[in-house]
Amino acid sequence: MTQLPTHTEKKLGLVIDLDTCVGCHACVVSCKGWNTENYGAPLSDQDPYGADPTGTFLNRVHSYEVQPDQGVAQLIHFPKSCLHCDDAPCVTVCPTGASYKRVEDGIVLVNESDCIGCGLCAWACPYGAREMDADQGVMKKCTLCVDRIYNENLPEEDRQPACVRTCPSNARHFGDLADSESDVSKLVAERGGIDLMPEQGTKPVNKYLPPRPKDTWDQIDILAPLLDPVAEEPKGFLGWLDKTLEKL
Amino acid sequence: MLQKQPVLETSPHVSNEVRQTTCYMCACRCGINVHLKDGKVAYIEGNRDHPVNRGVLCAKGSAGIMQVNAPSRLRAPLKRVGPRGSGEFEEITWDEALGIATDWLAPIREAAPEKLAFFTGRDQSQSFTSFWAQGFGTPNYAAHGGFCSVNMAAAGIYTMGGAFWEFGQPDWERTKLFMLFGVAEDHDSNPIKMGLGRLKERGAKVIGVNPIRTGYNAIADEWLGITPGTDGLLILALIHELLKAGKIDLDYLAHRTNAPVLLDDDGLFQRDGEGRPLVRDRTTGETVPFDAQKIIPDLRGADTVFTKLIERYLDPQYAPDAVAKRCGIPAQKIKLIAAELARVAFDEAIEIDQPWTDFRGHSYDKMIGRPVSFHSMRGISAHANGFQTCRALHVLQIILGSVEVPGGFRFKPPYPKPATAHPKPHCRVTPGQPLDGPHLGFVHGPEDLCLNDDGTPARIDKAFTWENPMSAHGLMHMVISNAHAGDPYQIDTLFLYMANMSWNSSMNSAGVMDMLTDTDENGDYVIPHIIYSDAYSSEMVAYADLILPDTTYLERHDCISLLDRPICEADAVADAIRWPVIEPDRNVRGFQSVLVDLGARLKLPGFVNEDGSAKYKDYADYMTHHIRRPGIGPLAGWREGGDSRGDANPNQIDRYIENGGFWMEHIPDEALYYKPWNKAYQDWAVAKGFYDSVQPYIFQLYVEPMRKFQRAADGHGTRQPPDHLRDQIRQKMDPLPIWYDVNEEDQQGSDEFSIHALTQRPMAMYHSWGTQNAWLRQIHGRNPMYIPTKLWEANGFNTGDWARVTSPHGSITVPVAHMAALNDHTIWTWNAIGKRKGAWALDKDAPEATQGFLLNHIIHELLPPKGDGLRWSNSDPITGQAAWFDLKVKIEKVDAPAEAQPEFPPQKSPVGQGPDKLTWKVGK
Repeated sequence: MTQLPTHTEKKLGLVIDLDTCVGCHACVVSCKGWNTENYGAPLSDQDPYGADPTGTFLNRVHSYEVQPDQGVAQLIHFPKSCLHCDDAPCVTVCPTGASYKRVEDGIVLVNESDCIGCGLCAWACPYGAREMDADQGVMKKCTLCVDRIYNENLPEEDRQPACVRTCPSNARHFGDLADSESDVSKLVAERGGIDLMPEQGTKPVNKYLPPRPKDTWDQIDILAPLLDPVAEEPKGFLGWLDKTLEKL
Repeated sequence: MLQKQPVLETSPHVSNEVRQTTCYMCACRCGINVHLKDGKVAYIEGNRDHPVNRGVLCAKGSAGIMQVNAPSRLRAPLKRVGPRGSGEFEEITWDEALGIATDWLAPIREAAPEKLAFFTGRDQSQSFTSFWAQGFGTPNYAAHGGFCSVNMAAAGIYTMGGAFWEFGQPDWERTKLFMLFGVAEDHDSNPIKMGLGRLKERGAKVIGVNPIRTGYNAIADEWLGITPGTDGLLILALIHELLKAGKIDLDYLAHRTNAPVLLDDDGLFQRDGEGRPLVRDRTTGETVPFDAQKIIPDLRGADTVFTKLIERYLDPQYAPDAVAKRCGIPAQKIKLIAAELARVAFDEAIEIDQPWTDFRGHSYDKMIGRPVSFHSMRGISAHANGFQTCRALHVLQIILGSVEVPGGFRFKPPYPKPATAHPKPHCRVTPGQPLDGPHLGFVHGPEDLCLNDDGTPARIDKAFTWENPMSAHGLMHMVISNAHAGDPYQIDTLFLYMANMSWNSSMNSAGVMDMLTDTDENGDYVIPHIIYSDAYSSEMVAYADLILPDTTYLERHDCISLLDRPICEADAVADAIRWPVIEPDRNVRGFQSVLVDLGARLKLPGFVNEDGSAKYKDYADYMTHHIRRPGIGPLAGWREGGDSRGDANPNQIDRYIENGGFWMEHIPDEALYYKPWNKAYQDWAVAKGFYDSVQPYIFQLYVEPMRKFQRAADGHGTRQPPDHLRDQIRQKMDPLPIWYDVNEEDQQGSDEFSIHALTQRPMAMYHSWGTQNAWLRQIHGRNPMYIPTKLWEANGFNTGDWARVTSPHGSITVPVAHMAALNDHTIWTWNAIGKRKGAWALDKDAPEATQGFLLNHIIHELLPPKGDGLRWSNSDPITGQAAWFDLKVKIEKVDAPAEAQPEFPPQKSPVGQGPDKLTWKVGK
């Protein structure tokens, strides 16, 4: 079994805004593109033009319908990738030390050369955030684009995860959640960011910003002001017009 | 085990070279950075400097790498050797292919140019393809607007000189309330997502009006699951409420619109000797031309447009209580929306300290803004009442004073441009000679229709006829059925580009396949020759006699021109190019370069020099050297002697490449808003070459050309409609927006067919293209029919069930899925996921081919017979826009068939099938 660091200097992670995500899958595919070409083995696809195409993705968007007791149903788009937990059960379960959490920034990674493809970590992860690559037999997971965020071959503004850089609606934010003054920490404080499945005790670093209240006009006792008529008929309206124009 | 942290290379090599070009994974035209390793595409990301997407990129754009390596790519010119539809071809050389095309086309041009029908689908080079068609001399040219969103474009241009998407955008940085009608995820996709993100950051409110709550509607603060086809009625009720409460911008209406214009007894504008509409000046009480200096036009008087508007919309038929049931929206909610629109527009008005002067010489020290904005696209457009509904939406924007003001809706250069500044349609054919002018344009009365002297339609698609007078984009969806019927005449060659007409781009797809393969009494095909250009093995390929294989978007030159469908922003003018960032590894050529070659072989004017030699080497040469008007070419940037206007610059494309593939220039501050009336903008627009003289104008709440058609229907004038169309023209061509029920009167929406059936395009797919993409088809490989809760329960559906869906035209049998966030009377599915076996290099057992389906099979291009002996077109009677979204059906649970029905026999793939594994890594 593999040990977790007792403390990490930073807690780099994502803050994902469920009020803003339109479910466009931009993050899914930019992740697939970057990580197919970069870190470790390519993200392979089996039967890509056939009856049952299946490929490795490090980030997927799921959509859930919510039917409130009162009012219309809602649809929540929910992007999901590794949450880089402080108490990551996928690391402690690893028999070879291939899965590890970095001391300097808290990123959870798989050292593919040590991975034996046993799949215990995927079993241990309560979020289903790891995927075994069917071609290479190694475990793949979100790297938080560790090969982008420090990459001196990229312009500084591009040193962020591919999913964050590409997100059209700005629903994804990257930063240090250990620093209470960071933009992401402030966003979490402001919007009441939450842990995913806190009862699992994994202490995820990534946070989700919950959707704001919706469909308030469906509340029966709403006290919004309605418009007062100036006239009911064209003739009355033209009288109002005369008076109003005199004032202009 | 102890923690053992490996040493990690955190600065790996990213690419040898980044080449910047323009995306073509959909019609959005974002800027992209293509990262190359050893000449191969390693990664694609958004270009941060690009005005359209500012660095972001959607799922399609990032998946471009899988489009460029797609096994469905055509490899060489093909000549049909089996029967049409079979997919049996032999590869031929380009010389042979171009020789065949020339042998078919040259005799047509000499004898009867109209026998060529050239339609170009999702073309982004229409200013070029139309120029070619004009030189050929056929009147039969258009792109795909007629089956897409012509209602939106035409209604916008007739009303305000611009529309949504390519013509304008909400003032995302300033708007405080945004209202979205209908499906809009398929056009302008990244800019709208970016805009929604900006609104959410600022806590601005988003109202979504759509029978289906997906995508943008999922994040709307308020969702109105409206009954399809009733948006116009909802909008007129909002107008009613706002008028009744006096919550309208009187100053704006007086100064910026034709509300004060005076009408004569015939409902036409009173005009002066020079034809200028007249208004009454409030200061002097005198009748003066609308553009007279320093006047204050008066809204009052029995003869103003404004009075007519008041009389129309204060009518109780538009009261929220009267429309609520039909729209499926409680009256109280309609009243709340009206109150919210009024509150934000007037109580939260914006002021910018920016002086400006209008075309009447009035100077203002501030710019006043009404921070409410709207957007809509195909959702309200693809109904037979879509033109009037789009018009109604613009009237709502205008009475709020929210167009071209801070916080409202803003035009993108070269718009605004009123209908009167656009060309009129041309159709005069002379054998061996070019057409007498541009094909498409805006009619201003019966005299502009494309009719022959005997009153018959001049165009094969019957655009610009009494059936649909304002069909500004043509009617691509009617070309094949009309050509097959020989109505209005027979053609010889059907030449198509990038339009999957035997599958998802036609109504009645099975019928279209029959028409394409039908033979006459001699055994010859009824449509004698079909030439098709596509980059991929689409369903349409099998139906052509000659295939001209196009390149992928990374292997070609293109110009996204100001002469065409611009990519500008409200703050800036911009255009862009594509250039071959990689070389094709197949024997394919960019279609536009092929047209340049064909143009020279056919000796078309504009394509040959005086000595008969070819004028341009290829499309890149045309992009650089073609001169449309003095000083104006396809690309505005880096012309000799300055931007926008100037001589051709032989190094122009290199300058674009150095600048990231685009050119952009910002609008001066005092010209940023009020563009149609703002002197500073008008002068800047002339300097930039958008038009050659200033074109100030007022918004057309009342569209006089429509009244002229009504007058003709009443028997006035020499050009007269056929009797069977008089009532339709009288009723539908109302110069003030109306709403009419397309559900009952047209689609036989009786008790039997009581359910609306719609499609939406997913954000991660672009029409049929996404399916050949290994990554995208893993996101959207299936398209169940989504059923709302009440219908789900009433029919006793369970997960995994199938249903037969029947319209008056036919049936499909398809898998179903439950969805709660859906209008109670509406079912829907994703558009164009279903594929024919053998197409797109997919396995015959691909879910797209076995469980995927098209709604197109149960939508006919004609309406069901009404018992009057006539067959009416399933389209908007004003523009001819295909009324996809008027479909009404019934559903019943059935036993699961082996495959979705109807089934079609497989086509033979001209490219084989894709590999069974992908591990795509080009770097070492």
